[in-house]
Amino acid sequence: MSEAAGALREPWHSLSRQREAAAFGIWLFLASELLFFGGMLLCYAVCRYSHPQGFLEAARQTNIVFGTVNTLTLLTSSFCMAIASESGKSGLRRLAIGGLAGTLMLGFVFLVIKGLEYRDDISQHLVPGAGFALPQLGAQLFFSLYWMMTGVHALHLTVGMIIIARLVLVGIRRELPLTSPEIQVTALYWHLVDIIWIILYPLLYLGGRA
Amino acid sequence: MSGATILVRPLTPVPESGNYLTAGRTIWSWLTSTDHKRIAILYAISITVFFFIGAAAIAVIRFELLTPTGQYISDDTYNKLFTLHGVVMVWFFLIPSIPNTFGNFLLPLMIGAPDVAFPRLNLFSWYLNIAGGLFTLYAVIAGGVDTGWTFYTPFSTMFSNSHVLAAAAGVFVAGFSSIATGVNFIATIHMLRTEGMSWMRLPLFVWSLYATSLVLILATPVLAVTLLLIVAERWLGLPIFDPAHGGDPLLFQHLFWFYSHPAVYIMILPAMGVVTEVITCFARRRVFGYDFMVYALVAIAGIGFFVWGHHMFVSGQSPYASLVFSFLSFVVAVPSAIKVFNWTATLYRGSVSFEAPMLYALGFIGLFAIGGSTGLFLASIPVDIQVHDTYFVIAHFHYIMVGGSVSAFFAALHYWWPKITGKLYDEAWARFAAILMFFGFNFTFFPQFVLGYLGNPRRYHVYPPQFQVFHVMSSTGASVLAAAYLLPPIYLIWSMRWGRAAGDNPWGATGLEWRTSSPPPLHNFLNPPKVEQQPYAYHPEGRGPVPGSRTPYRTQDQPS
Ligand SMILES: [Cu+2]
Repeated sequence: MSEAAGALREPWHSLSRQREAAAFGIWLFLASELLFFGGMLLCYAVCRYSHPQGFLEAARQTNIVFGTVNTLTLLTSSFCMAIASESGKSGLRRLAIGGLAGTLMLGFVFLVIKGLEYRDDISQHLVPGAGFALPQLGAQLFFSLYWMMTGVHALHLTVGMIIIARLVLVGIRRELPLTSPEIQVTALYWHLVDIIWIILYPLLYLGGRA
Repeated sequence: MSGATILVRPLTPVPESGNYLTAGRTIWSWLTSTDHKRIAILYAISITVFFFIGAAAIAVIRFELLTPTGQYISDDTYNKLFTLHGVVMVWFFLIPSIPNTFGNFLLPLMIGAPDVAFPRLNLFSWYLNIAGGLFTLYAVIAGGVDTGWTFYTPFSTMFSNSHVLAAAAGVFVAGFSSIATGVNFIATIHMLRTEGMSWMRLPLFVWSLYATSLVLILATPVLAVTLLLIVAERWLGLPIFDPAHGGDPLLFQHLFWFYSHPAVYIMILPAMGVVTEVITCFARRRVFGYDFMVYALVAIAGIGFFVWGHHMFVSGQSPYASLVFSFLSFVVAVPSAIKVFNWTATLYRGSVSFEAPMLYALGFIGLFAIGGSTGLFLASIPVDIQVHDTYFVIAHFHYIMVGGSVSAFFAALHYWWPKITGKLYDEAWARFAAILMFFGFNFTFFPQFVLGYLGNPRRYHVYPPQFQVFHVMSSTGASVLAAAYLLPPIYLIWSMRWGRAAGDNPWGATGLEWRTSSPPPLHNFLNPPKVEQQPYAYHPEGRGPVPGSRTPYRTQDQPS
């Protein structure tokens, strides 16, 4: 069986059509994901509108160094992912697997930095509840949304990493046909996770710092 | 298809013996099957189980409501039972009912495809649905949930001491099953239509699934994230809707109804699709105004996203917001009315016959018309203030969800039963059940309009004695309705064993699903069909149907 035939699945008769469908399907899923995060962004907008001072005060407390480094890490990971996706289409196996591995590594770096940041936040009593550090009304709402939005984002990132790890593994074992739509579909998902971070970054780190 | 096709699998059919039912006989072969027809059957079984769980809960309630005082169950149990009824019926019966059973079974057949676009995702969606159902059942067994199906804050996050987390988790997981189905259906309709099946040749049931899927993928994630925030607030103590920390409980209501109003269209749009197929077939007439039927479906799905505020007229939201939501709620009734008029016009000068599917479909039109027009009462702000949170609301949405969606579910069940099983059911029993269901339904819910108008609030265990007569009528009607629901499982299962063979096209219908054998082979068609026609060529253009004739003028794969 040729490599191309290995990527073809039921109910498709042609690989190009199957790839089109996979990309189309993932775009639909991404639209759904946008509305998922949209719900939290709406909460953010409403709460910030009600408590502008509390939100600015709270946003000043987030760790901008970790946040900025993580933004750069994630953007670079998306660059690696784009390399993987394009070289997969062109049949450059080593480069494709290298790109995937690079993405995976940078995703891991992101999570480690995020973990350090969380540790920092906890030590500064930025977890809503008893003993919360900031007295302003609205500050707890900000940090509720901070934990939820970054937490759900990290969860999405982890899911992406699991999928990429599998692709790297089967790629090294040569069980993954490079023509398989899986690489491009994963890339689209990864870029969405990246884009969501780009929206979260100014909302959570840049407020109150101008 | 693009010119860049680099690999083509030969289309010569694999010689097949038997059909999808005989393709594997072990339970394991069913639980691991990615065949859309088998997944449809899996869904049919699971939603039937959930339906009877939800029905049992309401049976206890209707029995208790025979008398004005609470006698048999405690207030607490009462709250838990109506919550159970709502949660199970909405998310584990109605939402998946028509789309995931008949939609799954018929969508590929109707567009001439071998399967849906992502067969493994399709099976995965069933497991997600079951996982969600198990969470919810766990919540019930562990002691129940008492928030109502709406999970309103701050009760659900701060005060309720019932199993809110498990129930919310169940609905959350089931939501992703909905999203997976929506993605699958839209991709299938875009990418797998057979040769000649252009957009304006799609059967209206397919169009209705398309509109439904749009709502599924765009509304469900908002419910999911809202439930997640509820879990965060209740479990992790992260205040989001808590007024003590400056949060806004009304924000929860906005988010919840942003999903839950469109969710009504998830339930009713596929029902409209089913009814269109049935009416045109048993009236032997082309669907009146096909184009407008398509536009109306898409318009309902679209406008339906902007009317949610009509659930919040008495919540203290801005009166200007109420004004806009009221206006838009009237607007969304227009495309629904267009559909009712077009069904009626399709019947006009038809050669109508009254088989069971047709009785259910006609019942649908009547009940949907009542449910829809009482919806306009509720869309009107002054009337809503009078009947808000009363039995009037209960009656209204049951006319839509039960009178509408469930009637259409039974219409579909009878209409496509010969295709799904290859057997004919007993027509006399089926007609009897259809008529019984119509009367039982009205008997149960019409008195509730009166009750609500007189001011009996919903969700109360006890009520003033002057309302008893209407509650007794309602409970009596409910037992008639229960009998009407129990009949079809009996004679349908009987028909699987002893029914006559159905043949490929027992109703003389025009769609592609009738152009393959009953039950269909594993890959649906031995040769991919080629579409030459609009979907409802029951009679020649310009001339009406031949009275008494049950042969279609042209099926969809015959040239005109
Ligand atoms: Cu509504």
